[in-house]
Amino acid sequence: MTEMATTEVEHRRGQLAALSIAAVVIVVGVPLWWKTTETYRAWLPVSQIQELAKLELQLSADVEVVFARGTVPPEQQKKMPLTQTQEEDHAVDEDTALKYRYETRYRTATVMEEDALNKPTAAEADLALHMLSESPCGSLVIYVIPESSSQLPLDADVYIGQRRTALLRVVEQMRAAKTLEQLLHHLQPQIKQVLRVMSFSRADITAALSDRVRFHPGSKESVADSMRAFKSSPGYEITFSLLNPDPKSHRLYWDIEGAAQTYIQPLLTKMSPVANFSIDSQTLHYTMLGVNPRYDANRGAYTLNADSLAHVINPVEARLGSNAASSNPVLNFLLYVPDAHHSPLYIQDHHKQEVPSNAFHSPRWGGIMVYNVDGYYGPEAEFPVDININMAKVMGVFLAQLRLLLGVQSSPPPTGFLVAPCGSAGLADWELDRLMWSRSVENIATATTTITSLAQLLDQIGNIVINDNIAEQVSSAVASLQLAVAELEAGNLGFALQFSKEAIMASEKAFFDPSLLHLLYFPDDQKFAIYIPLFLPMCVPILLSLLKIASEARQKRREKQAKKD
Amino acid sequence: MAAHRCSRCSWLLLVFIFSFYVSAKSEEATQANDEHASVVDNPQTAAETGKQPSEERLWEATQVNEAVPIDAAAHKQDFPVPGSVLTPTPQLKDDFKEELVIRPLQSGDIYASFQFRTVWETDFTTGSKVSHYRLFPKSLGQVISKFSVRELHISFTQGYWRTMQWGQPYLPSPPGAELWVWFQDTVTDVDATWKELTNVLSGIFCASLNFIDSTNTVQPSASFKPLGIANGTDHRFLRYATLPREIVCTENLTPWKKLLPCGSKAGLAVLLKSEKLFHSSFHSQAVHIRPVCQDWQCKSTSLELRQTLNVVFDLHTSGQGKQEWSLFKMFSRTLTEACPLASSSKIYIDVTDNPQEEQFELSPATPLLSQAVVLGDRRTFSVYDLTQQVTFGTVRSLNVLIRWKSTQGDMLRPLLHAERYVAGYGLQTGEIHTLMYNNHPFRSFPVLLLDSVPWYLRLYVHTLTVTSKGKDNKPSYIHYQPSKDRIRPHLLEMLVQLPPHSVTEVTVQFERALLKWTEYTPDPNHGFYVGSSVINALVPSTVAMHTNITQEQPLFSNFFPCKEESSYFMRVYTEPLLVNLPTPDFSMPYNVICLTCTVVAVGYGSLYNLLTRSFQIEEPNPGLAKRIANVIRKMRGVPPL
Repeated sequence: MTEMATTEVEHRRGQLAALSIAAVVIVVGVPLWWKTTETYRAWLPVSQIQELAKLELQLSADVEVVFARGTVPPEQQKKMPLTQTQEEDHAVDEDTALKYRYETRYRTATVMEEDALNKPTAAEADLALHMLSESPCGSLVIYVIPESSSQLPLDADVYIGQRRTALLRVVEQMRAAKTLEQLLHHLQPQIKQVLRVMSFSRADITAALSDRVRFHPGSKESVADSMRAFKSSPGYEITFSLLNPDPKSHRLYWDIEGAAQTYIQPLLTKMSPVANFSIDSQTLHYTMLGVNPRYDANRGAYTLNADSLAHVINPVEARLGSNAASSNPVLNFLLYVPDAHHSPLYIQDHHKQEVPSNAFHSPRWGGIMVYNVDGYYGPEAEFPVDININMAKVMGVFLAQLRLLLGVQSSPPPTGFLVAPCGSAGLADWELDRLMWSRSVENIATATTTITSLAQLLDQIGNIVINDNIAEQVSSAVASLQLAVAELEAGNLGFALQFSKEAIMASEKAFFDPSLLHLLYFPDDQKFAIYIPLFLPMCVPILLSLLKIASEARQKRREKQAKKD
Repeated sequence: MAAHRCSRCSWLLLVFIFSFYVSAKSEEATQANDEHASVVDNPQTAAETGKQPSEERLWEATQVNEAVPIDAAAHKQDFPVPGSVLTPTPQLKDDFKEELVIRPLQSGDIYASFQFRTVWETDFTTGSKVSHYRLFPKSLGQVISKFSVRELHISFTQGYWRTMQWGQPYLPSPPGAELWVWFQDTVTDVDATWKELTNVLSGIFCASLNFIDSTNTVQPSASFKPLGIANGTDHRFLRYATLPREIVCTENLTPWKKLLPCGSKAGLAVLLKSEKLFHSSFHSQAVHIRPVCQDWQCKSTSLELRQTLNVVFDLHTSGQGKQEWSLFKMFSRTLTEACPLASSSKIYIDVTDNPQEEQFELSPATPLLSQAVVLGDRRTFSVYDLTQQVTFGTVRSLNVLIRWKSTQGDMLRPLLHAERYVAGYGLQTGEIHTLMYNNHPFRSFPVLLLDSVPWYLRLYVHTLTVTSKGKDNKPSYIHYQPSKDRIRPHLLEMLVQLPPHSVTEVTVQFERALLKWTEYTPDPNHGFYVGSSVINALVPSTVAMHTNITQEQPLFSNFFPCKEESSYFMRVYTEPLLVNLPTPDFSMPYNVICLTCTVVAVGYGSLYNLLTRSFQIEEPNPGLAKRIANVIRKMRGVPPL
């Protein structure tokens, strides 16, 4: 009997030992293993990122409509000033919706404004109005002038100045309007058109969102249009290269330093809120084009076809070199002086017509201009010939290309619009505003796409280590994005662009952080190979004894049940 | 190499992720809405019709809005618009020279040294932004202005220069890659700038310079003084590193050639064909950038870029017994023109040992002879001036030919040379021996020895001995910086006086460290390289040296500035060392894991059994004999036992 009791005690002790070992393994071992093999993943603002994935932007512009004397019946003037708010919805796709909000204020012109409006020409009036007051970035002033005004030519109803002002001539229907409401009703479509030209239009914004939204393929031209300009970036490198394939015959000199200072720098200074620019230049010798030009006997000249232009650059591009010291996109402008045996050289477009500027450009890459010098020396000239390049001609072409590639050039104005030629800066204030609107939207769209795809990637691959600095960058990108959206809503265009730039920089920094690549990735079969020698012999006895304890307990209960019965 | 491959793989991965990201981001198309209808009528885009939108690059003719430039120009009346295009040309601020020196060596080999020099009158030091390049390569200019570099010297060498057989090279370089840079004193964080600079240079020259880090970078306190003009020589702004393992090949030559104004299209550079250049006993290419004086008074500075390429051809094996060498045989090209951008383009052939053509015959013969003082000796050269059309003769091509008559003649032993080796046995300790030979019959001169040893060879400095002629030779200056494991290497600099006609031996013992398993190279049994020692010396000269560096001289003779007439500067590199470190079996970690796991499992298993099993005394089983006996007894009907 005592023997039975000691066996029972012994059995009981064995069971307890098995249970406590299992408990130690579960309580201490498993968490220890989990903790030591875990990858570090800092906290990310996932919920805010998910909110950003659904983008709702509101663009607010302040518009002031000023009526000059003689445009509003005197009895109606008492109703002014008057403020109206118009909203327009633009649903791009299920995740992206835009709302345009125009805060329009109507008032009559002040005495000084009247004086300014009475200047003989529209340009002078524009300048005088600018001297009176400067409207903030992103806002517009539209002056409604009487029909009798002689400042505008007969075929034009709207004059768009160099700053943020436009002159709008009253047409007959409006004169017929009796009440102010009627007048405003008649004015409305014209004002809308002016706004579309001078601030943002649906087309611009849609193009700016191309990063985020998949569109139904439109016409080829619109694709080409939207692809021409460079993507928004915090900085650009502008490189001018003089290509001289024949230094034995032509000794070329170009005053690129002075020319860049005169022609390019004013534009870049004006555009400095949008991005930083740096200019450099180089001269490359013995650079051949990738295509042999064809000799056209009729014209006595060599021609390059537009179809073959795509192959022209490849051998040259290898020598252009990239900027080793920065990672901003490079805009290349090449001036190609054909060698003496292939001069003159002309570019033909797709209709076999000569291109008057003898230049062409490639979207998001740069431009090339062919500069023929054979006219500067006679057939009996002694080689090498010294040639001084006429930079005014060259820079005119490059400036036009630069405007296109930076996305400044807009679609031509509707009929009846007269656009003032841009001044010495090469860029009107409203053109800059237009660019800033679309760049802000583009930056916000790009940054949200980057951040959401990063969040998605990190979510999908659980092995990636997320360091604190990445989490910090992501948080700051999200914060900047929220600020940028808020500023756009408030109509502060300058701040919105600034924050959107910060957002894009932080998001790119997080996305391309090299520490994300330090992926501690081991294939599962290798993991098993490491774990099995340790875990298998350890866990099998524990499991077996637990099973045994469980089955014994069940048996005991059954016996008890039987005894009761 | 595996680490290299690994990093490439990770780059590939990065590129892959990036391209994925880009393609995901750039699903482009445009919505066709009413606004766009107006764009279609746009006359500006007329030239674009019929274009394939799927084309990678859409080329468009540029339409110039004439209002823009005219208006812009109207506002800037002061801008000089040249009336005539053939106006007097502006004074150019840069100058390019090229030259090739060929020296027949006593060993029967032939030594060809190319030098290309671009001098640019510009000031990089004042921090003004330089951005308009003509002859100077833009990529290098951007690097030195971004990183505030005062001097940059980089060399890539394949093979070892055999001083005893070949004499002194015009420009010495150690095997592998060598980089030393003087930064401007405006740089605040020199180490970070150096790290970034090596990465950028690695990209420019397609070399593994990105493997330069703090473990192989030193700041020599007395060696590697600036070669250009410098007002301060604070060695905090100097960094020196070598990669003795670096293999030099075509991929390094191509970017090097791209830096030349004429590329490899004209001038002497047409001779640089990689299949010939790398089929040689020694190949070394270098880039040296330094500020130099523009004139004798040194009022203003210029930036000098020297690109040099030295090659030694072993023409015994390829010549099939014929003693005849020509440009065509060496480079498989002949010369037809000088680079049109070069102000001087010359070939020098060293004919000092051959005054009466008794050793070799040179054709075509040239009437031009030139004398220059090179490496403390007055040498005579035949000169071919490529800028003169008469040089190319009637065939319009120059193929310099050397036909040997006799192979006798003694070469002067170089006054200074050095060698180095590892002594000792086993994998625990060893000893580095450096031998420096002063072959001057009666003059002693001081040399500055620089040794940079990786941390995994732990030097015992107390065992450092310097002996010459069997006697202890006490160095007059010692600078020693101990290593820190995985952070920085040992640096040992000594100023030693070499007695005349003697051998000076420097020995130091070391212990080999055990590395962590990830620190081994992919082929650890090949051994670990230790960079060359550098010996700088002012060697007594037999003839008066030119101290005016702005004087017109051949390029190869004026690289090292000369301060006094009686001696000249010389730099000698020893062989790199190859040291074996204790190397484990690399399948070991897994074996160890398996073994320990098994041991732990066995120990644990028995412990577990002891703890959980209950023990009871069992009736002993009857033995086999007893059972058989019982069976028999049962059959017999007898009661069992």
